[in-house]
Amino acid sequence: MIRVQLPAPLRRLTKTEGLVELEVSAPVTQRKLLDALESRYPMLRGTTRDQHTQRRRAYVRFFACGEDLSDASPDVPLPAEVAVGKEPFLVVGALAGG
Amino acid sequence: MKGVRVLVGTKKGAFILTSSKKRQSWKIEGPHFAGWEIYHMTGSPADPDRLYVSQTSSWFGQVIQRSNDGGKTWETVGNEFKYKGEAGQHQWYDGSLKPWEFKRVWHIEPSLTDPDTAYAGVEDAAIFRTTDGGKSWEELPGLRQHGSGPQWAPGAGGMCLHTILLDPARPERMTIAISAAGVFRSEDHGKTWTPSNKGLVSQYIPDPTAEVGHCVHRIASHPDRPDVLFMQKHWDVMRSDDAGANWYEISGDLPTDFGFPIAVHAHEPETIYVVPIKSDSEHYPPDGKLRVYRSRKGGNEWKALTKGLPQKNCYVNVLRDAMSVDRHDPCGIYFGTTGGQVYASADDGNTWQTIAGHLPAVLSVEVQSLS
Repeated sequence: MIRVQLPAPLRRLTKTEGLVELEVSAPVTQRKLLDALESRYPMLRGTTRDQHTQRRRAYVRFFACGEDLSDASPDVPLPAEVAVGKEPFLVVGALAGG
Repeated sequence: MKGVRVLVGTKKGAFILTSSKKRQSWKIEGPHFAGWEIYHMTGSPADPDRLYVSQTSSWFGQVIQRSNDGGKTWETVGNEFKYKGEAGQHQWYDGSLKPWEFKRVWHIEPSLTDPDTAYAGVEDAAIFRTTDGGKSWEELPGLRQHGSGPQWAPGAGGMCLHTILLDPARPERMTIAISAAGVFRSEDHGKTWTPSNKGLVSQYIPDPTAEVGHCVHRIASHPDRPDVLFMQKHWDVMRSDDAGANWYEISGDLPTDFGFPIAVHAHEPETIYVVPIKSDSEHYPPDGKLRVYRSRKGGNEWKALTKGLPQKNCYVNVLRDAMSVDRHDPCGIYFGTTGGQVYASADDGNTWQTIAGHLPAVLSVEVQSLS
């Protein structure tokens, strides 16, 4: 089971608390993870990546296992610790503004 | 419920204020969608319990919320706003050209007759329509593809389509306004559009009388006289008696004719309201006095309305979508400020009360008269 940590505004939008758990088939990639996330929570469509281009929104970052994966290819397998549910995949709103 | 429902969009959530028809004591409920910018929240004239909300964030993009029970419960609906065909280019602040890019929905205008049909004015400027209660949105591309797009430019708030007027007498007619492109009118349900800016003079653009490029802040009309339009432009308060074909200035004796909102009295089509702001670089009332100005003669002659409004040390702004009127008699006037106050008058503007004092900065105010 993949575990995903959403930022507070998206937890309020999805009415969830804590980590979201998802089933994603191997190999687990960022694209498949976000597809599964949006399939379970359709209100998240367009909130982390553009619905047309699939590009990550500018002020959204992705982290896992202490690594910034924001600019990694969405089709590269995520770290094994994420794929087995040991470490969460973090969706983070960038610190922007005062 | 009976009475009045005031729908307030703020920088950090939505609030619903309710009162009886007397409009003396108010209940505040919210925040809904806490932490998100609520550019607009409005109700369907055909079904007042059908509400639409534009919920937006620079981080997480656009969300549209819908309620079928007057705001008791909400559901997210479609948020895909995809330009049809080639996006095209518009002017950027430095005069270069930049591709159209969807940023947010500024304004939702529900159909006068069908709760499932509504129009959305968006940034970068375009108009979209839903006919399924917001589940899907389709662009009316004739506006963006009018051909003058390369002359459109963003105002300070972005290149937004902020006003959509539907004509109750002619369902095929729509009038919209874009900052900074100006007014456009369609006579065929939004299929094709023509600029309607003749008479506007804007000294801050290369050609002050250009066909497009004017920074129109807001237009308003009375449903009984849809051919008479009132406009608050960047500078200048303007009027048209021929549905926007020709405009003339009605600023008259206003202390300043810069401002954002303009509203028309519910029962007196020649009575209009503006909130003068000092200047384009000083977005607060002149002399620190918050004054609504009312003209009962369709412009030119204005009276300051001050009773109940702060008359010293007031340096808030009132944004373009943050003023509205109810349909009761006497007419109620409402507006919200960037300081988080919502003021209401239950007597045509003669006296005012603070109905919310400490909300986040107010972006929009809409009023529903419920019976």
